Amino acid sequence: MNTRIIYGLLLAILMVIAPHADHLPLWLSSLCAGVLLWRTYLNHNGSALPNRWLLMLVTLGSAGGIALEFHTLFGREVGVALLILLSTLKLMELRTLRDATALVYLACFIIITNFFYSQSIPTALYMLASLLVIVSSWVQINAPGIALKPRLRIAAILLLQAIPLTLVLFVLFPRVQGPLWGMPQDAYASSGLSDQMAPGSLSKLSLSDAVAFRVSYSTQAPGREQMYWRGPVLWDFDGRTWTQGRTLAPLPPQLTELDQAIDYSVTLEPHNRTWLFALDMPDKLSIPSQQTYDFQLVQKAPVRARLRYEARSHLSYHANLHETERNLKRALQLPAALNPRARQLAAQWRNAGGNDATVIQTALGYFNQQGFRYTLEPPLLGFHSVDDFLFTSRQGFCEHYASSFVFLMRAAGIPARVVTGYQGGEYNDFGNYYIVRQSDAHAWAEVWLKDRGWVRVDPTAAIAPSRVQRGLSAALPDNAALPFMARNPPQWLNNLRLNWDALANQWNQWVLGYNSERQFAFLTRLGMESITWQKIALNMLFALGIVISLFALFMLRHLLARQPDPVQLAWLRLCRKLARAGLPPRASHEGAQDYAARIGALRPDLSASIDDLAARYNALRYGNLADEPAQHEFIRRATALKVRRV
Amino acid sequence: MNTSLHNVIRQAEQIILGKPRQIRLALACLLARGHLLIEDMPGVGKTTLAHVLARTLGLQFQRIQFTSDLLPADILGVSVFQRDEASGGEFKFHPGPIFAQMILADEVNRATPKAQSALLEAMEEQQVTIEGMTRPLPAPFFVIATQNPAHQIGTFPLPESQLDRFLMRIQMGYPDAQAERGLLSGVDRREIVAHLEPQLGGEELFALQQQVRQVFVSPALLDYIQAILRYSRESAQYTHGLSPRAGLALLSAARAWALLDGRGTVTPEDVQAILPGVVSHRLQAVGAYQKPDGDALAQALVEAVAIP
Repeated sequence: MNTRIIYGLLLAILMVIAPHADHLPLWLSSLCAGVLLWRTYLNHNGSALPNRWLLMLVTLGSAGGIALEFHTLFGREVGVALLILLSTLKLMELRTLRDATALVYLACFIIITNFFYSQSIPTALYMLASLLVIVSSWVQINAPGIALKPRLRIAAILLLQAIPLTLVLFVLFPRVQGPLWGMPQDAYASSGLSDQMAPGSLSKLSLSDAVAFRVSYSTQAPGREQMYWRGPVLWDFDGRTWTQGRTLAPLPPQLTELDQAIDYSVTLEPHNRTWLFALDMPDKLSIPSQQTYDFQLVQKAPVRARLRYEARSHLSYHANLHETERNLKRALQLPAALNPRARQLAAQWRNAGGNDATVIQTALGYFNQQGFRYTLEPPLLGFHSVDDFLFTSRQGFCEHYASSFVFLMRAAGIPARVVTGYQGGEYNDFGNYYIVRQSDAHAWAEVWLKDRGWVRVDPTAAIAPSRVQRGLSAALPDNAALPFMARNPPQWLNNLRLNWDALANQWNQWVLGYNSERQFAFLTRLGMESITWQKIALNMLFALGIVISLFALFMLRHLLARQPDPVQLAWLRLCRKLARAGLPPRASHEGAQDYAARIGALRPDLSASIDDLAARYNALRYGNLADEPAQHEFIRRATALKVRRV
Repeated sequence: MNTSLHNVIRQAEQIILGKPRQIRLALACLLARGHLLIEDMPGVGKTTLAHVLARTLGLQFQRIQFTSDLLPADILGVSVFQRDEASGGEFKFHPGPIFAQMILADEVNRATPKAQSALLEAMEEQQVTIEGMTRPLPAPFFVIATQNPAHQIGTFPLPESQLDRFLMRIQMGYPDAQAERGLLSGVDRREIVAHLEPQLGGEELFALQQQVRQVFVSPALLDYIQAILRYSRESAQYTHGLSPRAGLALLSAARAWALLDGRGTVTPEDVQAILPGVVSHRLQAVGAYQKPDGDALAQALVEAVAIP
């Protein structure tokens, strides 16, 4: 086979399997790289392919290796690994054009598997480039003589021509519930808030640039310091870790005296947990979900696909004014015999007289004035973690402040609990929405006051007000080990990344997030009624039919425009007639007179008539006499010529 | 066919034995107002061909032997001061060998690029500029350059851009056994050449050149030429495709060939006949150490393009 074809296929396979090196076992990646290098070497030297038995041995051996590595031969990971292994080894038995074509299809298939692991725009662009290389290899297999540039052009045109069909399939192919890529059992990245909080858990999270969710407001956006995105509410403390604890009684939560309504929509990245995030305090939600008694929004199943929902929240509210006795008791519990100094301090505040509000103010003032520092890298805390923090280290991140504040409140007899979630968000001017990242993770406190219900108190705001007003980077010293995106980068870079995020948001919303609900909504807007998937499928087939017919019509017109003239058709028929009679066929580059001379030499009986026909043909086709009778005469003679087999 | 043209061919074939194709190609090249490059080993009849053509066509003939110390003035001519008693004297131009209707530039690759370009500029412009004075060259003006493909030491091979000035490049090749026998047993060729009668005059040649332009070319044939050009550009076998100038060269050479055949229309066979001569010095194979023969490349080109 042509060595250039093989180089093309090597490049195509390399491009599609390279991204898989990220998650394949190292030995398998090395094996594939080795096979590619070996094949390149063989191709360069024009050496023979390896023995089939050796190949069989390598195949079975490495398939066995995969089985050992994954402990199974079924499932997606294994399937992808096997596909890559076998496609790479297929290069070693590339003997016929049929093998090459099969490899082209395999490469296309591997492209799809890459989307199991990443569906970002760069991945899509890279795969498009790979597809171009694959298609151009395919062109090369079918027409080996074409140089690189025209070949790439043909491949690009082929891909462009595929766009209408792609669009029809994308818009109209009936969707199943769930993400476009991936299987139901997919464990999506679970980096995000967890259902417990220990010292260090949130500061670890703030090192991540990953987007948690995006928000666009349909009403006026609230101030940054009001954007508390409520997540898990933590009740129980064991001296070190806060947890959600027992499930609350399934009572409807009470929200009263609501004011300052905010409407917005959230596009939540999959986080493999059941809860949803909403602005304090959420009231209405567009998708089915349950609101627990402590105002968390919870779904039945973990969020494994990007999820979009509309919500309404109220910034001013009275939450659970009539809290149950049981819950109030729970909100006062503290681990026994821990943190004696903190208890003492709280008791001191309580005994100083004044109501709950005064105690809260005293506590906040304490944080503010006793030299506490806000830092991502607090020193480790000892057994009495709250005492250690309050009296010794006095350096902490929001979880330290929330935790110790709630501890102090409970010790002072005020029902309190920890709320985790996100605070703030970055405004994207280009897309008019807010990006909330993992680095915006936050923890704050809620205390229950008799006449106001649960009230949010953020001790972090007391020590580092800029954290709440302007974001993490403003509150931390410049040299803190913050993720790149949470710093304040130069203006142009900031614009660039906001632009990029706006684009990625559109991509998420309209390409990856085009699920069955969006499809229904879109088609309804197009005027389709009572949509069923059968109806969508029929419409898809219909649209495909239209697109293909349009292409066919276009090509037909092209063909008709290039129809050969009747004289040429008659000549070509004559040549076929001669070939059928056992004479050598005319080569495509052979002129009429040359062919006539060749035939004449073989069959002297035909010589005179065929010479005459060739001369007439040349005169008619290449002469300047557009003589219709002569044309008919030629066609008549050419048709009348009888060629007998000898 | 034009009888005098026929006589020219007949006469040339009597002297240069066994090379009818080369004779016709050279003549076609002349009729198409192109210049000819003959590339072959010494002693295969390059010079004789030029002589014969000059004699039978009745053209003034000049031969320039190119050497490495040849200067442009040796080709173009020089002004010399001439004393005169009455006026005191003046510069008088002594025209060089270029002022002739047929030039044989022998071993053109032996001269330095400077001397080569003096000749090649004259070929392109049909005029020369010497000491600020533009002097027209005689018409018709036809250059036959020869070069030796072997023994390249101390030569200056013509660059592609200058090769492109030649309408055709042909190779003579050894004569076959029968022709060689005739050559060995016959009279000295030079003596015959000296006694040749001109068959054509300058006027007649000019008229024939005009006639070449009248030869009809059908759209179907233009399709064919375009298909050849397109293939040469899209194929991976050549470093560069054929230029539009090469396309024009194909067309005019094919017209001349048809005229030599006594036809008023060009057929694909005409194109195929002149194609090796026209494209072999314009195409280069990709990535070959041993450059394949230009004719082999041209033949491959002919066979790769179907006649539309």
